[in-house]
Amino acid sequence: MSGRRKTAVLTEKTMEALIRLCGVSAVVFVFGIFFFVFREGYDLLPRLDYREFFTSIEWYPTSQNRVRYGILALLAGTFSVTVLAMLLAVPFGLGAAIYVSEFCPPKRRETLKVIIELLAAIPSVVWGFIGLTVMNPLIIYLFRVPIGLNVLNGGIILALMSVPIIVSIAEDALKAVPDTYREAALALGATRWQTVYRVLLPAARNGLLAAVLLGVGRAIGETMAVLMATGHAVHIPTSVFDSVRTLTATVAAEMGEAPVHSDHYKVLFVIGILLFTLTFLVNLIADLTVRGIRNK
Amino acid sequence: MSQERTPCIETADLNLWYGSFPALKKVGLQIAAGQITALIGPSGCGKTTLLRCFNRGNERFGNVSTTGEIRILGKNIYDPDVSLIELRKSVGMVFQRPNPLPLSVFDNVVFGLQIHNRRRDLSRSRQEEAVESALRDVFLWEDLKDRLHTRATALQLEQQQKLCIARLLPLKPEIILMDEPCSALDARGTRAIEDLMYSLAGRYTIVIVTHNMAQARRVSQECLFMLLGELVEHSPTRELFLNPRNPKTAEYIEGRYG
Repeated sequence: MSGRRKTAVLTEKTMEALIRLCGVSAVVFVFGIFFFVFREGYDLLPRLDYREFFTSIEWYPTSQNRVRYGILALLAGTFSVTVLAMLLAVPFGLGAAIYVSEFCPPKRRETLKVIIELLAAIPSVVWGFIGLTVMNPLIIYLFRVPIGLNVLNGGIILALMSVPIIVSIAEDALKAVPDTYREAALALGATRWQTVYRVLLPAARNGLLAAVLLGVGRAIGETMAVLMATGHAVHIPTSVFDSVRTLTATVAAEMGEAPVHSDHYKVLFVIGILLFTLTFLVNLIADLTVRGIRNK
Repeated sequence: MSQERTPCIETADLNLWYGSFPALKKVGLQIAAGQITALIGPSGCGKTTLLRCFNRGNERFGNVSTTGEIRILGKNIYDPDVSLIELRKSVGMVFQRPNPLPLSVFDNVVFGLQIHNRRRDLSRSRQEEAVESALRDVFLWEDLKDRLHTRATALQLEQQQKLCIARLLPLKPEIILMDEPCSALDARGTRAIEDLMYSLAGRYTIVIVTHNMAQARRVSQECLFMLLGELVEHSPTRELFLNPRNPKTAEYIEGRYG
């Protein structure tokens, strides 16, 4: 009897420790990743010409005469593709979530959710492939532009990749709104749409905001698909039909060629630190906004 | 009112199924205007289902089918020319758990006005008047007049339930349906809601579902006893409790089952 109890206590303690480890490991990994990225890039940090780094569009990391590390064009590339992707993905994603959660008959809802999850499971290189072989000729044909690998292509591909994330998180957020709110609004004679925009959207705004920001995070951090779909030209875009290159694509494309521990190699890690900071800021802003809304 | 005794709610041969389960069987009733009518009976006997028929609230649940007639103020509510929105404007509902919307007190009260009127037809002063008069009607004005912009979900339960009644009033409903409105409240809250019901009766026809026979006895003028989806007895409350006509009613009010 007491032996059994001892084992039970021991199991309890072990499980507790294991679960605690799982929780703490996330923190360890985040710091670990930051540490290693930082370690590779840090000794360039004091030597870097920050004015050039942030304001020059000249990215010539392997120039014989004078290497120039200006990432303005890369920032513009990341920014333009992300903004376009969000312009497309946020309305579509939230609209789809509202439809699936509030308007769709239950049977179709299940089918739709399975398909949306399937969409989320497509590897990014496959999306890149679609950008390269389907979207590229389509854009050339439809808009009569010389090249279809551009902001538009990357934006659409990224939007398609972010939509399933936005839909599933936004749908969860809407599902979490107590049914009594719907009941109350409908009993007062509200239509379904009035119930959605007057009651459910405000009630679910924290979750909806989280959905949108996770979509943004996905779009900023995505590499492979944008590498293949945006044309890889270091250039500040003036229209959606311009080719661009993003921060992530630059790191992915040049990392293999840069000699280890050269300045070129280090500057790629500095870009890594920058990306890390950007996504951290997006998450922080999200967190603070959500908190701010909650306290109101 | 000249038409004092004309029935406000009337059903004939009303049947309702959840899938293949019959929840209401051939219910025929007449509920008088301006009174408080209580629906009593053991759990699962169809009281709430019947109540939800009067504002077609059962239609939210997918597998419900209804046959028969429900007339409200003489109009069959299943007629094609009946607007669900108008019906729900004139038949308000109060639920078991207070369910104020996650908005301010003020916005809860004017919610009905806002969804049924165009914005430009709804001046700020009209909304303010509506809020004051509705809150006065439910005895909340003195408590809340300085807190109109706090979130309604942060109020005490009793205040929340009163607010849920108040938000029906600006729409000038004919009928207020109450589904066990006091079941989440303590004795004091129950008493406050009952006092409120007395003061609203006359102006509105109130139908209340209750598990609490003492409550039915206290608040209602007429009482309907239901059992297994059937309407067993409909009498003036005093009569139903003193001289039940049906032996099943007698057994229920004596507490032999329920």
